[in-house]
Amino acid sequence: MQPFILATIALGICLAGTLWRIGRWFWSDIGPESLSLPTKRRMRAARQTLWRVFSGRRLFKVVGAFQWEVLLLGHLLRRHPLRWAAHMLIGYGLLTLILFHALDDWITPLVFSDYEPTLNPFRWLRNLLGALVLMGVLATVVRHFRQAGEAFRTPGDRLLLVLIVVVVLSGVLLESARILSPAVFDAMVEDYMGDDDPEAVAALQAYWAAEFGAWRARSGTGFSGEQIKTGASIHETFCAACHDRPQSAFLSYPLSRLMKPLMAVAGDHRLNQWLWNVHFWATCLALACLPFSKLFHFIATPISIMVRAAGPAAAHPALQPVRRALALDACTHCGMCSQHCSVAPIYKVLGNPNILPAEKLKGIKRFQTHRKQSLPKATLVEGSFICTLCGRCTQWCPSGIDLQDLWQASRKDMIQSGAAPLRRRSAPPLQTALVPPAPASLGLSDRPETFWACVQCTTCTSVCPVVAVSEDPQRDLGLTPQQIMNLMRLQLKEQAMDSRMLWDCVTCYKCQEHCPQDVKVADVLYELRNEAWHRGARSDQRAANQPPHGSSF
Amino acid sequence: MQTAYLYFPGCKLSPFLSQYDTSTRAVLDAFGIQLDDTELNCCGYPVRHQSLRASVLAAARNLAIADRMGLPVLIPCQCCYGNLKQAAYWLAQNAELCDFVNGELAAEGLRWHAGIAVRHLLSVLAEDIGIERVQARVSRPLHALPVAVHYGCHALRPGHVVQLDNPLAPTIFENLMSALGAAPVEWPLRLECCGHPVRDNNPPLAAKLMNQKCEDARAAGARILVTACTYCQMQFAGISETPGHPEQAGDLPAILVSQLLGWAMGLPDDRLGDEVQSLGALL
Repeated sequence: MQPFILATIALGICLAGTLWRIGRWFWSDIGPESLSLPTKRRMRAARQTLWRVFSGRRLFKVVGAFQWEVLLLGHLLRRHPLRWAAHMLIGYGLLTLILFHALDDWITPLVFSDYEPTLNPFRWLRNLLGALVLMGVLATVVRHFRQAGEAFRTPGDRLLLVLIVVVVLSGVLLESARILSPAVFDAMVEDYMGDDDPEAVAALQAYWAAEFGAWRARSGTGFSGEQIKTGASIHETFCAACHDRPQSAFLSYPLSRLMKPLMAVAGDHRLNQWLWNVHFWATCLALACLPFSKLFHFIATPISIMVRAAGPAAAHPALQPVRRALALDACTHCGMCSQHCSVAPIYKVLGNPNILPAEKLKGIKRFQTHRKQSLPKATLVEGSFICTLCGRCTQWCPSGIDLQDLWQASRKDMIQSGAAPLRRRSAPPLQTALVPPAPASLGLSDRPETFWACVQCTTCTSVCPVVAVSEDPQRDLGLTPQQIMNLMRLQLKEQAMDSRMLWDCVTCYKCQEHCPQDVKVADVLYELRNEAWHRGARSDQRAANQPPHGSSF
Repeated sequence: MQTAYLYFPGCKLSPFLSQYDTSTRAVLDAFGIQLDDTELNCCGYPVRHQSLRASVLAAARNLAIADRMGLPVLIPCQCCYGNLKQAAYWLAQNAELCDFVNGELAAEGLRWHAGIAVRHLLSVLAEDIGIERVQARVSRPLHALPVAVHYGCHALRPGHVVQLDNPLAPTIFENLMSALGAAPVEWPLRLECCGHPVRDNNPPLAAKLMNQKCEDARAAGARILVTACTYCQMQFAGISETPGHPEQAGDLPAILVSQLLGWAMGLPDDRLGDEVQSLGALL
């Protein structure tokens, strides 16, 4: 296929993919209110917001954020110099190479009137930029291993990193091959010298072999000093205007010295062509993958950062669903939120990754994609409701995401979909328990001596504020605290756990404080709830079976 | 006198009740107390229903950080306070739990041990600073304003664990109010629950508990309810955690202890919050 057509297809996929992903922001429904906001209204809100930002004083803030946070990645520089360096190296290295090397027929001559790819500093710069990109990739990989993989965890992300390395390395090697290649030399002679006097060509070849590292393919013997001198003057006439010494390509030139045996075996035509193909195809593939990979954050994250900078100017209610969908794309999974998450220690015990904001966001993304077919995963619901909404993740998010709003909206979605956690009315019976009794249970409820002292005086029940506000405790609560203690005393735990009293306990500890026999009534109720939760924790239907109670949400 | 504390605002203050934060800071600042703002984590109270172990680990991490810094912890929220005290109690009771927690904390170079001081804002005001010093700073006395002090549960009970005051007949809050010139009323339900713990699980029950308290305080002649707990204040003031879903407020205005104190000390309103605006009309 013609390279031009191939590049056009790759670019087409890249653009179409980008448009599709941006479009998705306008039709994804996150938060119940989004269902009543059709795409058209969201588009209108976006237009109005753009207008408001561009015509108001807030524009200065947005431009400032663009310069400092987007162009210079100031937030990363302050907190994570290594991450910052990797971003700058990869980002600006690739951007410069794309503009001035990949598009050198169109863009470069506009800036540098005497541009030739074989002149310096361009030849040197190409190698330099390639080296910088490789250093950036190296820094990313090092960080990945050192931090046990916060970023670039998915196969797609790794593929993209590999593609970047392949593009850069094949480019460097292609340059090496061209420095060395007799075929390239011959073609150049034919095109620019137009002289088939074998002696002159031999002299030029001698000069190029001595000074430019070209391979003396057709002459096994050495060249005389005389030949080189003649070659030098021919070079001045025909070549020097477009050719600087290739030694300035500090990666490609040394590599070209190592490449000779390979070229001898493969033949220089085939090697050149093969390297060119790898370089070109890998570039096209990377381009086509861009909107479908983590690299899309090159587009989504800057937008998110600028939306945050716009502040109240971007606070259009109809724009809220768009901002949430944008947030899901703008998250780079950098893990900053999880590092500062207030409930992170709870994750260490419960082991549910969805407690951590960075993982929860990914879970929400999956839930949003399959929302019409399935309920959110029980682990996602649990993580969402263990969150205390302290807002620290939002303060730390370098991508400018209003995570607080996302958590609040997705909680509402989960409740609407019929999955409301913690809103329990009864415990799952022991038969469905897949796991042994809760660890860290203090074992109060399982030890008969906890209840030995209970004389069924009913003090706990008579001081209980929940019993007191009920007109009919039997109907409202099933069992009173004293009745629960009695059942526990008889080791009838399942019956005790079946009462609504367990779930309506306000944990005021009055029962325990007032107990004349020092029975730990409130601690036992806590422990029974812990056990009920633990029994249900691994069962995926547990939340799904609970109809949403009329709630504060 | 202790002049520096590790400040534990708790999760809800910054997003939902920032006036408790700013007013507490303003008041303590006036007494020359320095608050250290090292980043801490959840107190563990919200997951106590699910897992004691998770709840204790979360609390213990905060305690261990306080220990490393050599500062007592100062907590405005009674539920956070209660849970940190409870965690220390359970850790001292249960060697297996303690080993587990210290094993987890060791990854960060932290360690829990008994004896790390935890103070509720009320204790800091009434005991560490002292009622006399507080009284001496009052420049705008409350002229016998009838207030109902709402003690809350988790800083009061179980008394031998949380150790704020006598759990059956506390006086610390009333004493503080009297020092400001207010007249705390006697009301039968002063030690009862505000209802917040079942706000999500059983909203009608939560509302019933709250309304009953407000009625009782009103009947006793109170014109305002004073709280010293994040959750209690959110309950009485009807502060919702979900935008677009308002909560019912109590039938009696509620104000935080730090707001009332700050107002009586003549501190600027902008640091105390909107609730103090109506105080002038009540007097």
